[in-house]
Amino acid sequence: MSGSAVTGYADQPGAAGLAGALLEVRDLNVHHGQLQAVHGVSLDVPAGTVHAMIGANGAGKSTLLRTIAGLHRPTSGSVLLDGTDVTGLRPEQRVAAGIVMVPEGRRLFPSLTVEENLLVGRTSARPGPWTIEAVYDLFDWMRDRRGQHAAQLSGGEQQAVAIGRALVANPRVLLLDELSLGLAPVVVRRIYGLLPQLLASGVTVLLVEQDVSQALGVASMVHCLLEGRITLAGQPAELTPAQIESAYFGVVGNGRGKRLGNDQAPTPPEQQAGSSESSGAEP
Amino acid sequence: MTWVNAVIQGILIGGLYALFACGLSLLFGVMNVINLAHGDLAVVAAYVALGVVAITHVPAVWAFLIVVPIFAVLGYVIQRTLFQAALHRSVLTTMLVTFGLSVVIENGLQQFLSANSHSIGIGSLVSDSFSIGSQITIAYLNLAILVVAVIVLLGLQYFLSSTTNGRLIRAVADDREAAQISGINYRHVFGIAAAIAFGTVALAGIAFGMFTQFDPTIGTDQLLLFAFEAVVIGGLGSLWGTLAGGILLGIAQEIGANIATADQVLAGQLLFLLILVVRPQGITIRREPRPI
Repeated sequence: MSGSAVTGYADQPGAAGLAGALLEVRDLNVHHGQLQAVHGVSLDVPAGTVHAMIGANGAGKSTLLRTIAGLHRPTSGSVLLDGTDVTGLRPEQRVAAGIVMVPEGRRLFPSLTVEENLLVGRTSARPGPWTIEAVYDLFDWMRDRRGQHAAQLSGGEQQAVAIGRALVANPRVLLLDELSLGLAPVVVRRIYGLLPQLLASGVTVLLVEQDVSQALGVASMVHCLLEGRITLAGQPAELTPAQIESAYFGVVGNGRGKRLGNDQAPTPPEQQAGSSESSGAEP
Repeated sequence: MTWVNAVIQGILIGGLYALFACGLSLLFGVMNVINLAHGDLAVVAAYVALGVVAITHVPAVWAFLIVVPIFAVLGYVIQRTLFQAALHRSVLTTMLVTFGLSVVIENGLQQFLSANSHSIGIGSLVSDSFSIGSQITIAYLNLAILVVAVIVLLGLQYFLSSTTNGRLIRAVADDREAAQISGINYRHVFGIAAAIAFGTVALAGIAFGMFTQFDPTIGTDQLLLFAFEAVVIGGLGSLWGTLAGGILLGIAQEIGANIATADQVLAGQLLFLLILVVRPQGITIRREPRPI
């Protein structure tokens, strides 16, 4: 376990004193070409918790998650899993280490059957409770339809298979990117309703969600990203709608509360953010 | 009767074209790259087979048992080094690299092995045949090549649909990034696909070398073109489409040759162009694959 977690919100209740979080992100900077999508983001995700990243379109949430999964190489900064630096590992090596992502838009293999999609997820699997049978037990409809091609499933069913494909790798940290995208609210609720079961099996979750109320409902810790910077962090119960709104849209509010400066940034992010368009540029 | 004979000979030669085409089709399906050195690799395999026969004195018909594994390993190594380095930059770079490889192979062969034509001698087997009726003659070699092509395609079909590595190849072909985050080292999977492509094209090159004469330039002049045409006629990404495309190309060529010897290649090109106009997705592909 690492004892050197230095983050911007070490004084926050709920994150305080958790030296040696399972997933640590340290001062991460990510560029898309000339554009910087993530600015000096640091994060601690303790084992057994659900952390949610909220933020507007183009705030850098997905880029951050994809960088943690290994699909983007950061310009600087590092990603640590249980104290071990995994920044240099390729995505498939991170899967073997225990970081697995459910990507935005499901991204199933359309020409493969449901079962084949799950089998592919076993390629670099760690030993653990999640087997293909366990996934079939979690989603009871799936066993009967395992021979169907993934392209023939509905959006919600595809999302379930995508979650199953990630679970069978027995992740230590599960990254969920915009689970609710394009799904009916009832389906979204059902899928988020699975989180307690996942946590009980020993999975730690970091999720990205545009649906703020959904994120607040499931997360033990919420971070708000605005133009690549964390503008707010705290436990959902402690955050007021006004705080979230100002952190989300970058409106300069009353200045109190949990809003965070970035410890590396020369100026507090809310000042920079407040002077620019709230919708932000798509990175 | 001569027309029936033309069709039968076309079907027989179509097996050889399918053998040439399946590796090209597989690599394109997995990596979106047309390997422009594909035909030249077949020619190299034929030369290597000649060398193997000269050195080891194995019967020429069994030379493939040595050459095909060598080419499979070569395919994996070239994929993991040269092609992968190019893919890292862009798909276009990769095509240029394969084009460069083609030029190097062709000129290297001319430089060191002369521009003379060669053939892999298999004795009387090259002309042994049986007759059906008075006008139709089927050469054992041609029939054997067709049978080998069907066996290879069946094997490939089984490999892709029913083995772990085959499943990984299909997954990477579907969505490379999703494959990576599912724990697949796509570079290794590309290597496997290249090993298969090189192995099958080596087999095709050796069969071609037994069937007729080859020289350093025939790889680009004919073999790559025929393989490409077979793939397009049949439909990209369909193994049995490749066989159908090869056979249709063979039939078109034999019918063309029946009209006038000089029309053999032309007839094949005309069919190729016709298919591109009326059915660009190929004869066996029903519609565009549905995006997920």
